[in-house]
Amino acid sequence: MSVLRQLRLRSERHRKLLRKLRKSLSLRARVNRTDRIRTRDILACVTLRNEAPRLPYFLDYYRAQGVQHFLVVDNGSEDGSVELLEKERDVSLWVTQASYKAAGFGIDWQNHLLWRYGAGHWVLTVDVDEFLVYPFCDSRPLHALTDWLESQGRRSFAAMLLDMYPKGPIGAQPYRPGQDPFEIARWFDAGNYIIHRNPLYHNLWIQGGVRQRAIMPETPGEAPALNKIPLVHWSRKYVYKSSTHMLLPRGLNKVYDESGGELASGVLLHAKFLDMIVDKAEEEMTRGQHYAGSREYRAYRETLAGGQDLWCDWSSEYINWRQLEILGLMSKGDWA
Amino acid sequence: MTASAPLGIIMLCHTALPRAAQVARFWLRAGCPVVLHVDRAVPERELEGLRADLGSEPLLRFSPRHRCEWGSWNIVRASQDAAEVMLGDFPEVGHVLLSSGSCLPLRPAEELLAFLRDRPDTDFIESVSINHATWIMGGLSEERFTLYFPFGWRRQRWLFDTAVEVQRKLEIRREVPRPLDPHMGSQWWCLTRATLQAILTDPKRPRYERYFRRNWIPDESYFQTLVRLHDRRVENRSLTLVKFDRNGRPYLFYDDHLQLLRRSDCFLARKIWPEADKLYDFFLSDQPTRLPPVTPEPAKIDRYFELAEKQRFEGRAGLYMQSRFPSFDTVGTARTAGPYAAFSGFEHLFENFEHWLGQVTGTRPHGHLYAPDRVQFHGGAQVWHGALSASGAIRDYNPYMFLTNLLWATRGEVQCFLFGPEDRLPDGLVDFMTHDPNARISVLTGAYLLPYFRGRKVDGDLLHHIGEMQRREQAWLTILRSRWVQAQVEICSLGEMLADPEARLRAIIEAMDGAAGLSVHGLPALRPMEGFDRYLVQLRDKGLPPAILKEFQC
Repeated sequence: MSVLRQLRLRSERHRKLLRKLRKSLSLRARVNRTDRIRTRDILACVTLRNEAPRLPYFLDYYRAQGVQHFLVVDNGSEDGSVELLEKERDVSLWVTQASYKAAGFGIDWQNHLLWRYGAGHWVLTVDVDEFLVYPFCDSRPLHALTDWLESQGRRSFAAMLLDMYPKGPIGAQPYRPGQDPFEIARWFDAGNYIIHRNPLYHNLWIQGGVRQRAIMPETPGEAPALNKIPLVHWSRKYVYKSSTHMLLPRGLNKVYDESGGELASGVLLHAKFLDMIVDKAEEEMTRGQHYAGSREYRAYRETLAGGQDLWCDWSSEYINWRQLEILGLMSKGDWA
Repeated sequence: MTASAPLGIIMLCHTALPRAAQVARFWLRAGCPVVLHVDRAVPERELEGLRADLGSEPLLRFSPRHRCEWGSWNIVRASQDAAEVMLGDFPEVGHVLLSSGSCLPLRPAEELLAFLRDRPDTDFIESVSINHATWIMGGLSEERFTLYFPFGWRRQRWLFDTAVEVQRKLEIRREVPRPLDPHMGSQWWCLTRATLQAILTDPKRPRYERYFRRNWIPDESYFQTLVRLHDRRVENRSLTLVKFDRNGRPYLFYDDHLQLLRRSDCFLARKIWPEADKLYDFFLSDQPTRLPPVTPEPAKIDRYFELAEKQRFEGRAGLYMQSRFPSFDTVGTARTAGPYAAFSGFEHLFENFEHWLGQVTGTRPHGHLYAPDRVQFHGGAQVWHGALSASGAIRDYNPYMFLTNLLWATRGEVQCFLFGPEDRLPDGLVDFMTHDPNARISVLTGAYLLPYFRGRKVDGDLLHHIGEMQRREQAWLTILRSRWVQAQVEICSLGEMLADPEARLRAIIEAMDGAAGLSVHGLPALRPMEGFDRYLVQLRDKGLPPAILKEFQC
């Protein structure tokens, strides 16, 4: 049975690799600066649409951590994102007008760029509203982490998505381009995460946080997945299976210890809940390009536009990675 | 010949050559001769860069290059060759220190020179007899000396392991050449000229070499064993701080370890992450001399790395998260983060039981956490610690993690809550608690009948309902009375409780450190029970099993 299952998974991986090749046909290189990539550079891979206000802070955040090159797919932005990105010396930009949904919510495009340029590099696959926090990120660059992971024989690194939100109605504190989004969205849910283990792909499926608590308390099973494996020492054999939640081969999903110990892990601070989300929800509803009929965006429109406060008495205010580690949201493992 | 300080430094380098050059300059500045060994795998171009970087220095030498794979004999050869260059070229050298390209001096060179000047005849080398060497991280100890190791451990692991197994089976033992007494220890030593000379010029050196060449990791045993033949005075410790993880890999030091490293009593540390600019800038400058001295606290450093080790292999009990997800059925260890007490049925018998429980134990008891409609947090809160929602739907989505999350978020505070067969609580959760050493479960059997007795008339539907309750309670009791119970379980029937409520309650409360509270607040009042026995008779006659009545009457 297990041999059969392995063959099935392998063929699934190959199909996924073929699929990304097909979907990559719609990508047009706008600026390709990948010849600047050096052997040991850490790369970031991003898909976006209309994110101009977020880009300046996003790029600076990851540059400061030590990302040397950004591989970006722009999916039909009309707000100047393309113009903004093509000016940056460390960005290679592809554009496409094709359907985000038909490209596996963008993951096919990313799989292709990772396959083409990522092999042999540590690559960080994130969205523009996701900010990686890892152990010692205030004193050690990302290179220190990837060197260490490599010395431990690890190929992937988990960082669960932590939804951050402001106190008070979401529209009350507008976001300025270049601003640290966590000056506004400073709060998070510390201890209401629910984990199921996926028996086939061996990844953990994490749900919970503010989206489950405040936006969909009656349908908890529909709450979005928060498990992410954004940092991978890429090889051409690898593919992201669905978003960055899981990979194939499935050994890459074993980012957790099952005998009681802790492996090192980080957190992706999620700056989704800023004032822009109200307009975005409106737009995405009409486009219908998101997961499960954009039901998540429907829920946002119903709750957030009405001025619902996501904050509660037991919300925690973000301080630093050490706080997240004490709360048990991430771990140093034995990276001392 | 140039006049030199009495300490010579050998550096074995294979990566991050610019860093090695920086450290070499540090020693050269202090007048210490330096012999560099650069691994043969390093491209010529990089070596040229290093030579150009260092320039021509009268006290600098390069020794013959070898390819030094991890744990290979060539590391010993490289050390021997470099030592020969050192002893031959610099006659004023009294001590030779073996270090690597990723070692960083922690103190001013003068301090080390003064230290050695006071101990001219002492060899500093970690050299532990294999009979006592229990400190080795995940490896062989005595067998390193008695088996053959034709395969590499890092590259040919399967062959390596198989070869060891086969030799064990065949009881193959190599003989240790006399008069050697096998010792092991850290590779980084500081030996006197006399001892080193004696080792290098020993007439039996070829014989010993033939033997050690076949040992596993000879760089941790060659000098360590031979020093015992020739020494006059050995201090069994290394002057270089190295901490190993469980896989035998040295921990790296980063910028944020600066204060920790200042507390070391060693003179050097390895391994330093090559990009740790702050460490290199600090320790290679004159800053350590200018700052007020700190008292060495090596135990603090040990503790720091022990904690990391513990977190990796034991983790934090009761934490379920993205990189720690032990199976729920792990036996014997705590499944939750802290002690908690679950009570079943008490609130039906006593007035205001939760309130009283909170008063006597000083806790904030919850109501029925698993009540069918919603979670009854203490005080009717909508959200609890950790932003746990009172939504019944969320709780029922994963009732196990609801409990583990609650206990994790409230660690440090004992949690008390009520449960009963009328709750939406899967049997598996009772099983989970029963096998959790943190749990204290008190069950008052048959108490679920009391609300019916107080509220509703007996009719067919109700009987069905009660039968269902009884079945659930029976299922739970079977679990709670199983042989493998880890929790503290207290089961008593309504009848037993009514016979002597004081003694029963006192036992439970005292086990929860509530003796003082009990003497202040006394016992809770019993709720009215008039006619309950008649009600039971009525139920029995309607067709309910007579066991309930019997239990009550006894």
